[in-house]
Amino acid sequence: MSTAKTKTLAATDGQASVAQPSRTTWLTSARTRRLGLTALGWTIACLIFFPIFWMVLTGFKTESAAIADPSLIFSPTLESYIAVQARADYFKFALNSVVVALGSTLAALALAIPSAYSMAFLPTRRTKGTLLWMLSTKMLPPVGVLVPIYLLFRDVGLLDTRTGLTIVYTLMNLPIVVWMLYTFFKDLPKDILEAGRMDGASTLQEVCFLLLPLTLPGIASTGLLSVILSWNEAFWSLNLTSSKAAPLTAYIASFSSPEGLFWAKLSAASTMAIAPILVFGWLTQKQMVRGLTFGAVK
Amino acid sequence: MKLTRALPLATLAAAVAAACQAQAQTEITVATVNNNDMVIMQSLTEEFETQHPDIELDWVVLEENVLRQRLTTDVATGGGQFDVMTIGTYEVPIWAERGWLTPLDDLPADYAVDDLLQSVRDGLSHGDTLHALPFYGESSMMYYRQDLFDEAGIEIPEQPSWEEVRDWAGQLHDPDNEVAGICLRGKPGWGENMAFVSTLVNTFGGRWFDEAWNPELDSPAWQETIGFYVELLGNYGPPGASSNGFNENLALFSRGNCAMWVDATSAAGKLYDPDESDVADRLGFAPAPVAETPKGSHWLWSWALAIPASSEKQEAAETFITWATSREYVELVGETEGWTSVPPGTRESTYANENYQQAAPFADFVLEAIRDADPTDSTLEPNPYVGVQFVGIPEFQSIGTQVGQTIASALTGDVSVEQALQTAQRATERTMQRAGYLD
Repeated sequence: MSTAKTKTLAATDGQASVAQPSRTTWLTSARTRRLGLTALGWTIACLIFFPIFWMVLTGFKTESAAIADPSLIFSPTLESYIAVQARADYFKFALNSVVVALGSTLAALALAIPSAYSMAFLPTRRTKGTLLWMLSTKMLPPVGVLVPIYLLFRDVGLLDTRTGLTIVYTLMNLPIVVWMLYTFFKDLPKDILEAGRMDGASTLQEVCFLLLPLTLPGIASTGLLSVILSWNEAFWSLNLTSSKAAPLTAYIASFSSPEGLFWAKLSAASTMAIAPILVFGWLTQKQMVRGLTFGAVK
Repeated sequence: MKLTRALPLATLAAAVAAACQAQAQTEITVATVNNNDMVIMQSLTEEFETQHPDIELDWVVLEENVLRQRLTTDVATGGGQFDVMTIGTYEVPIWAERGWLTPLDDLPADYAVDDLLQSVRDGLSHGDTLHALPFYGESSMMYYRQDLFDEAGIEIPEQPSWEEVRDWAGQLHDPDNEVAGICLRGKPGWGENMAFVSTLVNTFGGRWFDEAWNPELDSPAWQETIGFYVELLGNYGPPGASSNGFNENLALFSRGNCAMWVDATSAAGKLYDPDESDVADRLGFAPAPVAETPKGSHWLWSWALAIPASSEKQEAAETFITWATSREYVELVGETEGWTSVPPGTRESTYANENYQQAAPFADFVLEAIRDADPTDSTLEPNPYVGVQFVGIPEFQSIGTQVGQTIASALTGDVSVEQALQTAQRATERTMQRAGYLD
């Protein structure tokens, strides 16, 4: 009996001695994995951020230092910023960018919210097809419709106007805005809206007092994405504007030169052009992440 | 009582009238590229507006390729967005033929049209009528490091040949000290490597097309030229030569990394400026080298100011372009910015000016090169096109860029010279067939 007990104890001890290192290994491997993932995350973040970092750095170099062998050690100068500001009025371009990006985003949201509502809550046989068709317009290379739009704008006097550019950006972003809002609305339980309807809410009240407050993070992130896309758009802004409505993308394009050095000035202009949207993105990143992951984990 | 009431009213009316008059200013939109000479022109806006208080200038400055595409869209659709356009000798005859540009046949007498260099004038004319006024002109020539040549005991003859250039490049190539024997354009593009390569083909006795518009890119002359170019630049060029265009080579040469460089005469002012160049005091120049024939061995290009037919402010636009290309403007720039900064290659009077001759010892070379370049007779055998470093047809932009890419791949060693030229020949034939030049 006692022998058997001893054996059992020995066996238990043996198991314990085997289990101990296994838990340690598991913990170590989990830690390693976490460290590895963190390192991977940082590497990707650094890779993405490096061009922006290099651009900011180049803006503070002289033209000859900018084109010389890459170096992190140099004496910083503001001469490119001074030259850039002396040549063109940054604020005029920045104002156009702000007006057009915000205007087109508000217009796109105003059109997309009712459209996404109807597709999410009152779908028909053709809803899926319509959604896909809307997205397919993004597959067309913009240059393919440049001449017809240019002629249209010429005839209605919209060339080089903020209104014209706002219309184009609204239409350009509309498919993405509708798709995103549709996805967010789809995730909302229908019962909540039905409860509102039972309490006698009209469609407008349903949208304004139930749908919009509940999906606000999603709407905010969609709006932010639309602002960023409009801010960075260069094809239409370069082709449809000349001087009065030209936004910051046209401002950047004016500092590239076929004859003579321009890298430092171009970098300074680009840094000034992205600075507002970078700060804006920084301030709103919480909403962006919240919105983009909205409904991802149920 | 009545008078006291009438007085403020009259004052108000006068103020409104004055305001209306102030607003009656004609605002003209000038589209241009971001070259140093144009930046100076932009900086002299106030000067122009003081002289012409009824005209206000609005600038649109864009990168060269963007500007070209933007202007083409506008002028072809009659958009009327621009009143003055900066275009080159390639576009002017093509656009003029389509009626997109206003003919400049009624210029004021004091503009002194006859003072414009004849070859530049011809390049900007269509049917003997000027359709754009030259803002600055350029040809190509050879720059070299006088100190390195002196050390090696090499004397440059009055007219160097490409064979000699190859020998000198071999002698002076010193990668350990970061000095390449020669720097040449390698970056693909019809206005980049093909501008240089076309002049090389011309002087080696080749041509782009025969008289019936058949491409000749696989001809022995092209094979020899491209073989020579690839060997020369591959053996004695700087590292990564296939991505070097005008700007990159300018930076390399001005930092002392090239013993020779054959490129635009407009670089001379920059290389001669000690603030911009480390080799300003060791700079030598010679005419562009030749091989079989001197014909077409150096190019002719001019950036010019034109008025699109769609502009509604023709009169004000003409006032501006005649001011910006006048003798007085050249003097104004000389006095305010320094004589090496005056727009070169447009007027005989610039080269007769003592101040300019003193400040720019390269002036005579440039003048001679520009005078000597003949876009109507640029190849050994006759050809059907106008242009030295380009072919004056609308299809050339795409042909030149495509051929430029295949030649750049031969330079990097991705394909052989023969393969590259065969590919280029086939692609050019297809484009010419589609465009209706060939059956």
